Order: sequence, then C-alpha cells, then structure tokens
Amino acid sequence: MGELLWLIPALPFAGALLLVIFGNRIARGLVSTIGVGSVGISAAITLVLGIEYLSSRPAFIRQEVWQWFDVAGFSPSIAFHLDALSMVFIFVITFVGFLIHIYSTEYMAEDKDYARFFACMNLFVGSMLMLVMADNLLLLYLGWEGVGLCSYLLIGFWYKEPANGYAARKAFIITRVGDTAMAIGLFMLFQQFGTLHIQSISTEAVQTWTIGSETAVIIAFLLLGGAVGKSGQLPLQTWLPDAMAGPTPVSALIHAATMVTAGVYLIARMHVVFELAPAAMTAVAVIGAVTLLVAGFAALTQYDIKRVLAYSTISQVGYMFLALGVGAWSAGVFHFMIHGFFKALLFLCAGAIILALHHEQDMRNMGGLSKKLPIVFYTFLIGAASLAAFPLVSAGFYSKDQILWLQLAGENGNIWLYLAGLLGAFITSIYTFRMVFLTFYGKEKTHVGHKPTWAITVPLIILGILSFAGGFIELPHNFGHVVLFSDFLTPILPAVSVVPDFNQYEWMLQLLAAVVSLVGIFIAYLFYYKKPELIESIHRSELAMAIHRFWHSGWGFDQLYDVLFVRPYVYLSKVNKNDFIDGFYTFLANVTQGLHRLFSTTQTGVMRNYVMGVVVGAIMILTISLLL
Amino acid sequence: MILVWLIVILMAGGVLAWISGKVNRALPRWVALGSVMAVFGMTLYLWLSNPIPVLGSAWLIQFSQPWVPQWGIRFSLALDGLSLLMLLLTFFLGLLAVLISWREIHTKVAFFHFNLLWVLAGITGVFLTMDLFLFYFFWEIMLIPMYFLIGIWGHENRRYAAYKFFLFTQASGLLMLLAILGLYFIHGNQTGVYTFSYFELLNTTLAPEAARLLMFGFLVAFLVKLPVVPFHSWLPDAHSEAPTAGSVILAGLLLKTGAYGLLRFVLPLFPTATVEFAPWAMLLGVIGIIYGAILAFSQTDLKRLVAYTSVSHMGFVILGVFSFNEWALQGVVMQMITHGLSTGALFIIAGFLYERLHTRDIRLMGGFWSTAPKMGVIALIFVMASLGLPGLGNFIAEFLTLVGSWQANNWLTVFATIGLVMATIYSLRIMQKIFFEANRMEQALPDLNAREMLIAIPMVAMILWLGLYPQPILDTARPSIQEQLQAYTKPAQEQVPVARVDVPAKKTIYIKRTGTKNPEETKPSSNLQITKSSN
Repeated sequence: MGELLWLIPALPFAGALLLVIFGNRIARGLVSTIGVGSVGISAAITLVLGIEYLSSRPAFIRQEVWQWFDVAGFSPSIAFHLDALSMVFIFVITFVGFLIHIYSTEYMAEDKDYARFFACMNLFVGSMLMLVMADNLLLLYLGWEGVGLCSYLLIGFWYKEPANGYAARKAFIITRVGDTAMAIGLFMLFQQFGTLHIQSISTEAVQTWTIGSETAVIIAFLLLGGAVGKSGQLPLQTWLPDAMAGPTPVSALIHAATMVTAGVYLIARMHVVFELAPAAMTAVAVIGAVTLLVAGFAALTQYDIKRVLAYSTISQVGYMFLALGVGAWSAGVFHFMIHGFFKALLFLCAGAIILALHHEQDMRNMGGLSKKLPIVFYTFLIGAASLAAFPLVSAGFYSKDQILWLQLAGENGNIWLYLAGLLGAFITSIYTFRMVFLTFYGKEKTHVGHKPTWAITVPLIILGILSFAGGFIELPHNFGHVVLFSDFLTPILPAVSVVPDFNQYEWMLQLLAAVVSLVGIFIAYLFYYKKPELIESIHRSELAMAIHRFWHSGWGFDQLYDVLFVRPYVYLSKVNKNDFIDGFYTFLANVTQGLHRLFSTTQTGVMRNYVMGVVVGAIMILTISLLL
Repeated sequence: MILVWLIVILMAGGVLAWISGKVNRALPRWVALGSVMAVFGMTLYLWLSNPIPVLGSAWLIQFSQPWVPQWGIRFSLALDGLSLLMLLLTFFLGLLAVLISWREIHTKVAFFHFNLLWVLAGITGVFLTMDLFLFYFFWEIMLIPMYFLIGIWGHENRRYAAYKFFLFTQASGLLMLLAILGLYFIHGNQTGVYTFSYFELLNTTLAPEAARLLMFGFLVAFLVKLPVVPFHSWLPDAHSEAPTAGSVILAGLLLKTGAYGLLRFVLPLFPTATVEFAPWAMLLGVIGIIYGAILAFSQTDLKRLVAYTSVSHMGFVILGVFSFNEWALQGVVMQMITHGLSTGALFIIAGFLYERLHTRDIRLMGGFWSTAPKMGVIALIFVMASLGLPGLGNFIAEFLTLVGSWQANNWLTVFATIGLVMATIYSLRIMQKIFFEANRMEQALPDLNAREMLIAIPMVAMILWLGLYPQPILDTARPSIQEQLQAYTKPAQEQVPVARVDVPAKKTIYIKRTGTKNPEETKPSSNLQITKSSN
C-alpha cells in the first residue's frame, strides 16, 4: 500500500511544474483543472491510504524514492515516512488545501496572473507535504524552506505594491532567522548521531542522553528556534500579521491552516529530543502562553478583519505550543487539526466578504452582512463559535478544553500556564464576537457587489461541518469519553500522564471554561452591538487609547526590531557602500601617483638644476661623513 | 595526450578565430563555438567513459614530457576527479560565454574570441598541470587575456578595473612564484634532485618556519584570487566593468582557480602549517561571508551587487577548505561548481538586462515581471540558489560545508550560518528591485528570446540536478578529496613536524623514494601518495 506514497507530494509538484512551463499559454479552465486536480488527486490518494492505514495499523510505512547523496556516511534519502502523526498532517494539508484550491478558482477568477497563483499554491502544497512526510531532517528542511519560498511568493503575489513586497521579504527573512537556528541544530544532531534520519535519532537519543543533558537542551532550543520562526511565535511573530498582504486563500491555507503549524509538527516529530530537555519543554510552554496573550490582546484592537484573524492564528498556535510544552502531544496536534478547519473557514469567509465588498477589509466599513450573505454568515458563525470555544456544540471547545485541563492535571502542568490559557480563552471569545458583531450586524455600510457562487460556498459548508463535528472524535472522560484521536496517535506520541485525584475536578474546570467563553461573547455583544457608546467612552480616555495604540501596533515589536536590527544593518551597509577597505588600496595608488608627480617635477630638463642637485647632494654627503 | 589536446585545441582555436576575422566577421564566433564544443565533448566523454577510481588511485590520465630538463621543468599534466569536474565547469561556462557574446560584442570580434579562448586555455592548464613552474606559467596566461577582455570590451570604467585586476593578481602571483622557487631549492638541497614536479615536491620535508613562509606565498595568491576579505577589492570593479562573458568567466572560473589551488597545493604541500593557520583562515572566511553580504545589500549596480555576493559565497570555500574533513571539502567542490553556475547565471541575467536597458542601476528598474515572466522565473531560481534554497545545488554545497566546518569550529560555523540570513536579505532585494514593484521605465521589457532561453534552460536544469541528485559529482570528486586529505587523516604524525625532519630513518625513506626514476612515467603518483601516508 505504500507504493502510492510518493505520489502525494509529487502530484502537486508536477502541477506546479506544468503551470510554470505552460501556464501562460493554456486556457484558464485547464489551469484550474491542473491546479485543483493535482491537489484533489493527492487528497484522494491520502483517503485511500488513510483507510488502508486505519484497517491494518502498521507502525509506519517508509518509501525511499532515491538516495539524495552520500558523503562519508552522511547519506540522507528522498524518502517518505507515513505514521499516525504525518497522516493527520497530510489529511489536513490535502483536504483543506483541496477546498481552498476550489475556492480560489472563484476568488482569483479576475486576476490576470491566474496561472502563477495556482503554480505557487501547488508548489506550496507539494513542499508542505514534503515537510510532514520526510523521513530525515534534511528533507524536512527542504520542505521547510520550500514552504517559506511559496509563502514569500504568495504574500508578494500582487507585486506592484511595494508594501506587499516588503511584507513578503519580512516573512522570508524573519523565518530564515529561525531556520538558521534550526540548521545549527541539524549540524549538532549530525555530529552527535552521524545521521539526520528521524527514527534513528529518536531511538539513539534515548540511549545516548540522560534527561536534561546539555547537548539535548541546546539542540532542543535550536529546533525550537526554527519552530518559533515558522509558527509565528514570540519573539519571531512579527511577520505573520503583515503576511496578510497576500490573497485571502493564501492566508487561509498557508498562514492559518498549514504552514504556520509546521513548528508544531517539528516539535511533535522530535518529541523524544524535547522530552530529554525539560528546560526546552518549559520554554515551549512559556512561549506558547506569552504568545497567546500578546497576540490575543493585539487582536482585540485590530480593525482589518484579516489582521484580527492573523493575530488570532498566532494566539491559537500559542495554545498548541502550550499543549506541547507540558507534554500533551496529542492535545496539541488535535488543536492543530481543529484549528486548521475553523481558521481556514474563517479566512475563507473573510475572503468572501472582502470580495463582496470590493476589497474592503476594514471592519468599521462593514456591517449588516448577515442578511446579504447568509451562507457566509452562518458558516462564519460556526467558525467563530469554534474559535471562541463555545461550549458543547463547537469543535474548538473540545480541543481547547483538553489543553486547558492538561495544564492543571498533567504532571508538567502549572497553575500559571493554566491561568494564562484561561485568560487567553476569555480574550479570544471577545475579539471573535467583536468581529461577528462588527461585520454581520448593525447598519450596512458598503454595498455588496459579488455574491459568492458554489465554488466559494461549498468549501465553506464542508469546513463548517468539520468545525462543528470534528470535536466529537475526542471527548472528555466525564462525558462521552471518546478517544479516537488520541488512540490513533498513541503509538507515535506518548500520552500525557494525569495526576490521578484530579479527575473529580474536571467538570468544574469545564464549567469555568464554558463560563469564560460565554462571558466573553456577552461582553462583545454589550460593547459592539447593544451599547456602542461604551466603546466611545473608552476612546475618550487617554490611557486607554495609549494602550490601544500599543496593542494595535502588535506591542511595538516592529518598532523595536526596526531600531535594534533593521536600521543598524541598513546604516552599516549604506555607510560602507563604497567599501572602506578599497580606500586603503586607493590610498596606496594615490601615494604612488603623488610621489610620481613629486619626482617628475625634478625632471626639468635644465642642466643648471641638475648641476645644482649634484652639488647639494655632494655637500650633504660630505657633511654627513664629516659629522660621523 | 588528450589532455594536451584540450589546451592545444583552445589555443589553436583562438589563433584561428583571430585570423578568421579577416575573412568574415561572424566566423570567429563559429570557430570559438566549435573549439569549445570540441573540448567540452571530449571532457564529457572522459567523464562518462572513465569509471570512478577506487580509493588510492585518484589519477585518471597523466601526461609528462621534459620541457626544460636542465631546470627540472616538465610539461606534466594529470587529470583526477577534481580537475575533471573543474574542466567540465570551465567548458560549460565557456560555451555559455561564447553564446552570450553573440549579440553583445560588436567591436574587434575576432580579437575578443582569441582572448576568450586563451583565457579558457590558461584555466584549463591551471586545472591540469602537475608541474609548479608550468602552473605559474598558466596562471599568468589566464591573466593577460582577461586583462584585455575587461580593458577593451568592458563598461565605462574599464581601464581602471583592468589595471586593478592585473595589479592585484600579478602582485600576489609573484609571491607564489617566490614560494615555488623556495620550495624548489629546498627540495633540491635536500635530495639533490632539482624538480618542479608536484608529486616530487609533495615529499619535501620542511622546517616549520620555512613551511609557514612558503605556505603564505601560495596562500596570498590563492586568497587574492578567491577572493578573501581584505584582498577582495579588485573583484567588484573587475566584475562590474567586464563584459558579460568576462564576468561569467571571472566569477565562474577564475575565482575557482584560487579554491582549486588551495585544495591542490596548499593542503597537501604544507599540512602542518595549514593546520596552524586554519582557525585564522576560517575566521577570514567568516569575515568574508558577512562582510560581502553586508556590502552586497547596499549596492545599486546590479553587477557590483552580484560581485559582492561572490565575496560572500567564496567565504564558504575557505571556511570549508580549512575544516579538513570530507564533508567540508565535498561542500567546497560543490560550492565551486554551483557558485559558478548560479553566479554565472545572475551575471548573464544582468547582461540580458543591460542589452535591453543600457543600465545596470537597479534603482531605475522595477516591475519587469509583468512583461518578462520567463526572465523573472529564471532570475528567481538563481536568486533562490544564491540564498541557499534546498533543492538547488548551492544548498548541498553550503550545507555540507557547514556540517563539515561545525566539526572543526562551532562558533565560526554559527556566524557563517548567520551569513545565510544575510544572503536572504540581499538576494530578495534583487528580485524586489528588478522584477517586482512598479515599472519605473517607460519602455516595456521584452522577454527572453529563443537564444537566451537556450542559454538559461541548461543552467536551470543543471542547478536543479545538482540540488536533487549531486551524487555523480560527489563520486567523481571523492578520490581526489580523500587524497588531498591524506595528510590530515592521521593527525598524530603531523602534529610533530620536527620529528619528520630529524628522524633519520624517515629521511632515508624519502631519499629512496625520490631515487626512483622519473615517477611520472610509470603512473606512480598514487603509490607515492600511499607510501607518504603510510609512514
């Protein structure tokens, strides 16, 4: 059954290649067929493989396509590895990717670079699949950088606008900072084990290192650097809000559902190394907690609907990190999957709104859309409920509740991490429903132009169903007790051990989470629907506005990095544009030339001067010899 | 004999091209194309037909004839995997150089092609010769035609650039000549056999002090050529003022002769001295990586920008060479090839743009993607190659180099890796300023035509092939690399250099070995190498 494995990433790559070569010469219909079809077939193969995998439950399937290279024992292969963890990721990437590709045929229909768009999207899907299917870290790195390239190309898709280009480069460069750390981590891993094969590292790491061994900690931190960069976590999160410059399907696919969770995948994949490095685990959890709060507060103050969703993505990935950091591996991956569904849904809804409102993205100019765009409204509501963890009926409630619960009940849990998560949940539900009320309720402020057709609505409905029903495959112990998802992952990712006598309090924590979510929704209702004057009274306060501006700018990280890194670098480069080292050689040349001029003035051609010179010289020599 | 033919065809082709210009203006181009294709075909045939030798016998073909017997100078050529790869690169880029000059060069066409072929001949000689005197001879041969290429067919400031290029390389070359002579006399005094033969000189026992001095002589020549900061300042001028073919040959090949020299001569001849100097050399490499990258970022002349990226990329070469392990050296060889391709391609794109716009100033460009998407895609691929995107050849080169250098020195490797971020910063600027943003010019840029695609497509194919399946290259280079590294694989004996001089038993071994008659005639080099390592 593994024979088809290579086709899953190969098909999107082939699609990209075809579109690069022939894209400008073939009809749009054919472009869509190639672009959507290649991902669609990959998704179908994934489904077939997934069913077979579930029925036979092998530990893993490996397929080597060819050996990449072999230098003195360093011999990575182009080889794919399929196990439960990669299965989950492949499933989300191909299916959500397929839906977003369908959606894009309508969203991008008017764009003249239609073929380029689908070429980049296909390339992205291929690289992302490479990332999650790689059996060694070097191939993973190939996918890792490949998705970075596609992210760069798609953020800057509308290249005429310099701001888009700036955002694109920012994304590429900042993630590359993280990648550099990761690359160094790979050098160390190679030095330790003589291989980058993930399974070998996992087995050997346990034998070589003790828990907390220094090398393990350093390597885990370096890998974390890569994860932080790609996943938009503190301190490398600043690129993600700006990445919204790309077309909305791109934001949905790359900057919400898949690429930004690559860091989660990396940590889950290398969990053996992280388990041996408790300090790094703590760092993962703390980074997650701080990020989810920072991004949550920033999301509260954004007006651009896509920026709200971007900060929300940063914040939700923070939850995943929080889960991973306490060793709740499968909870983190579960939240990744559910988040993939509902965040893609929210972005696609936002895209439908933006398209309908002639590329208006400011929520202050939206309103009253619930009647005009009913399907978008109801699906957005499902997505919002899931994001805000609306109790019982949303998938997000189950995935987030599990993470919060394990912060307290898990053996590595901590009350502060729990409180951060709870506060984050509260903020999440406020900003989510702020978005709902500003966009769909109130007065209609912009005329609705484009009405979505099936290519947009069908993906919305499917993702809506998934965002609603996806949670039921993993229910808490005290009601339902369905553990399909964690059972599926258990062979790969160890289950977190729960402090035993904590179970009796579980219902209290669930109730608390539910209350927090509902109160948040009520506050949003109060401020943004019932009594908008409350907001105005806040706006009158000087202090509140200062905080507002601070959060709006993303806690000033951009300004800080601008002063700390960007400007000094640009200054250093500009000031030395003409290369001061060259100045030394120019100086040498000038001195030579100067001497040449000086001495050539003595060549007067007048005998008198020469005789004079001889006489003076002779006198000088005589005096010197006499004096000595 | 085939090795001699390679050089002879190029030199004769050059003369013929010059003469044929009297008959027909277009004829020199065809003569040049024909001769380069002939030598490329021959080398390709050599590569495909020769099985990769197993460890211990790195040499594939040898040729040796006395030249100036009374001074021990022989016309001695030898081919191993490393030189084979370098020749393939030389002739591939040579072919492209002829093709890109097809429309670009209009004045003194015949003399241009004479110079072009003679530069290639000089480079071929440098990569093949196993006699140090002959090496110096070819080293100079490649210099003079290059001087003309820059000085006659270059851009506005060509005279200055040509002088600067000449002075830098000439001065550093003289130091190498001194070092060669020093080695010659020391060896002659020791053994009574005065010879310039590389294989013989490998067995010279040097006092540490002498080894250090002689090594610096060689090192200066190669470091200037490579170039290493602070000897790099000839390069931006020469690169940006040269015609496109000249820039391609400079970046793709002339810089590689420096790297080749380090691998072929410095490492095996002075094992102890290089180990001592290694941390400093690696430091210079890292400084070059970072300094070149910072300077590249602020350049506004496209060719100058690419020139500084070469400074940055060549830093990886010296970093890798002085790491003394197989990963790093394979990385260096890969870097020589992939950098030749990727930087060559960027210069070619700069040439395409210059032909269309008559400027190299990227501040005046922008938005070309909309009218020239093919050029955009190809530029994107090579920009990505230059920032080390996996899947393209340069990544393999840089990753292997860094994996290797990590074993040698952690902190310097960390800083070199930071250079990758800086590479991203300057590389993306190229795309942004030329192909993205709004078009600042009135004219619409025409896309690549068939001839230009014919040049670009093979380069794209090569860089992808090298990134996805570099094994044939690595296999070809392996025996030579292992041979260059032999002196380092048993560090214990090399750590005690004095012992090598003083212990009489060892000395007799050397005398006995040099006593064997004319080692080149009996394909002895590999034996020599083995015995050397076994003592």
